[in-house]
Amino acid sequence: MSLEKITAIAGRAVHVPGNDIDTDRIIPARFMKCVTFDGLGAYLFHDVRKNADGTDRPHPLNDPRFAGATILLSGANFGCGSSREHAPQAIQKHGFRAIVAESYAEIFFGNCTTLGIPCFSAARADIQKIAAAVGKDPRLEVVADVGRGEIRFGGQTIKATVRESARDALVNGRWDAIGDLLEGVEAVKRLAARLPYLAT
Amino acid sequence: MSKSLFQKVWAAHTVRTLANGQTQLLIGTHLIHEVTSPQAFGMLRDLGLKVLMPQRTFATVDHIVPTDQVTEPYADPLADAMIKSLRRSCQEFGITFFDRATGKQGIVHIVGPEQGITQPGTTIACGDSHTSTHGAFGAIAFGIGTTQIRDVLATQTMALSPLKVRRINVTGRLQPGVYAKDVILHLIRTLGVNGGTGFAYEYGGEVFDRFSMEERMTVCNMSIEGGARAGYVNPDETTFAYLKGRPYAPKGAAWDAAVAGWKAVASDPGCSYDDVVTIRGEDIPPTVTWGINPGQGVGIDGSIPDPAKVAAGDEKTSIEEALAYMKLQPGAPIKGTRIDVAFLGSCTNGRLSDFQEVAKFLKGRRVAPGVKAIAVPGSQGVGVLCVSLGIDRIFRDAGFEWREAGCSMCLAMNPDKLVGDQLCASSSNRNFKGRQGSPTGRTLLMSPLMVAAAAVTGQVSDAREVFNVQKN
Repeated sequence: MSLEKITAIAGRAVHVPGNDIDTDRIIPARFMKCVTFDGLGAYLFHDVRKNADGTDRPHPLNDPRFAGATILLSGANFGCGSSREHAPQAIQKHGFRAIVAESYAEIFFGNCTTLGIPCFSAARADIQKIAAAVGKDPRLEVVADVGRGEIRFGGQTIKATVRESARDALVNGRWDAIGDLLEGVEAVKRLAARLPYLAT
Repeated sequence: MSKSLFQKVWAAHTVRTLANGQTQLLIGTHLIHEVTSPQAFGMLRDLGLKVLMPQRTFATVDHIVPTDQVTEPYADPLADAMIKSLRRSCQEFGITFFDRATGKQGIVHIVGPEQGITQPGTTIACGDSHTSTHGAFGAIAFGIGTTQIRDVLATQTMALSPLKVRRINVTGRLQPGVYAKDVILHLIRTLGVNGGTGFAYEYGGEVFDRFSMEERMTVCNMSIEGGARAGYVNPDETTFAYLKGRPYAPKGAAWDAAVAGWKAVASDPGCSYDDVVTIRGEDIPPTVTWGINPGQGVGIDGSIPDPAKVAAGDEKTSIEEALAYMKLQPGAPIKGTRIDVAFLGSCTNGRLSDFQEVAKFLKGRRVAPGVKAIAVPGSQGVGVLCVSLGIDRIFRDAGFEWREAGCSMCLAMNPDKLVGDQLCASSSNRNFKGRQGSPTGRTLLMSPLMVAAAAVTGQVSDAREVFNVQKN
C-alpha cells in the first residue's frame, strides 16, 4: 500500500478555542448511525454550530472568512472522550489536513495519525500568535512543517512538534500501519501458537 | 527483574518492533459492536482480506438497539441497517455474534466478562473507549478507532506505543453509602480529565482488594474519562472465583493451568511504576458531577463552584462555560438540584450488583411525580437474573420503566434521549454537552443509589439520608 509522505501542510488556519473539546462535541453521536464515513464533514461541531431551527450560531467554522481553512487550531486535551474515529473523519472530510493544539487525548491522536492528519503540539502562547495573525488576515498562508517541527506564518515561526513515532510514520508514508502489520502475519501466528489462551 | 502486569502482558504480546518504533501488539481478544465496525469490515473487503482469527472475535449489538422493542425492523432505518450490516459481516467472516435471539446480547463491556471471554493476562481491544472496563480482570484492554479495528480483523494486531503505568492505591475502607462509582468520580476529580493521558492506571490497595469484580469494572470503565486509555486491577482469588465455570473460561486441567498463569501475571511486589498516587478510602464522599466533563464533580455536601471566587484563568473559563450550559446556580449546594429524568444502566453501572444494591433500598419507595425514571439492565443475562430475583418488580412498583438491554440513554444513539434541556441523574460515564441526545440536555453523573435517591425525591439528594443507609 503506497501512501503519501506527509512532510508539510500549507493552507489557511482557523482557531476553535477551548480546552477539553470532546468527541461528542466534534461529532454528536446521532450522526454516527451510518455504515460508511461519507458525508460526516457536514456535521462537524454540529450542535455548537447550529441552533435547533437549523440557523447558524456564532462559531469560527461558520465564519465565511475562514471557509476553506485546512489547519485547525485549538486548546488542551483536544479530542477527549470517545474512541470514535468518526471525530477525525468528520474533521478530515470537512477539509482539515492538520491540527495544532496544546495537547491531545490519546486515542484521538492515534486515530488522526492513522488517517494521515498530523497533530502538532505547541505552547498556548504560540498558538495564540497564529490565531492573532489569521484573525487579522484570514487569507494568510500557514505552513505546518511535520519534518522540521515548526509552523511558519507571516514571517514568524513557532515550534510545533508531532510525537516522534507519529512524525516518523507521517514523513515516511507509513502512517497507515496496515502494510507493515500485514508483513508480520507469520510472526503473529507463531506468537499466538505459544500463548495458551490463543493456541486452542 | 520486577515487572508490572502491564509490562508482562505487553511483552508477552509483542510480535515485533515496527520501523517507527511502535510495537506490533497481538490483540488476543477482539470485541466488536455495530457502531464502529461497519466501516472496518468495508475496509477489509476493499483490501480483499479475511478475518485472521474469527475464533478470537466476538460481536454484540448495544448502542443502537431500542430498549422498548425487540422485534425488527427497528423503527429507525439507520439503526436497522447497522444491525443487519453487523449480522451480515459476522456471517460472512465466521464471527460469533451475541445477537438478541441468542439471549446473550448486551452492552459489549458487560457481555465479555459475563461470558468469561475477558480473562487475566490477555490483551483486549474494541472500537469503544470504555474497553478499559475489562482491565478489571488484569488484562490490558483499551479502545481503538475504526481503522485499527480493520488492522485487528486483518492481522490480529495493531501498532501501538506502550503506556506508562501510574499505580493508584485506595487505602482503608469506603464509608457506608459510598460506592465504586464514587471512587472513580473522585479520582478523576482529583487527578483531572487529562491526568492519565499516556498512562495505564493500575488500581490497588485495600479498597480494591475488597471490591467485587463488578465494582472493579465500574472503576476501570471510567479510566478513559481520566485520560488513561487502560486501567486494571491485578487478578486474584476474586477474579478466579468470578470466572470459574463461565462459558468461555477454561475447564478441567486447562483451568488449573490458566489460574497458575494468571497468578504469575500480577504485578511483582516492589516493581517500579512511573508514578504512584495514594488516596484514603475514608475521604471519598458520594460524588456528583455539576459540569460538562466527568472531572467537574463535587461531594454531595459540597456546592456548585462560583466562578466569581476563582482567579482568572483556564479553570475560571471552564467553570463559566460549564455553568452557562448546565444552567446551575453558582455557589448553590448541589443537593436540592431538581431533576427531570433518572437513568440507571450503562456499561459503568448496568450490572446485577448495581440493580441489587438499589433494589434493597428502593423497595416500597416511589419515583417522585414528574420524574421519568428508567432502569436498563446491561445485558439480557443481567435482565434474566434480575427477573429471577424479583428485582424488576421492585423497580416497576417504584415507578421505574424496566427496559431491554442496551446502551440506552448513556449516549442516545437509540430512542432513549433527553428532550430539550432536561436534567438527568445518570449512572453513566459522560456528561459532555449534548451527550444524552438533546443539544441542550444536561447530565449529572453519580452512583446507582444516588440516581435512585434523586428519582424518589425529584432532586439531587444524599442517598444515605433518603434511604437511611446504616454504618456497618
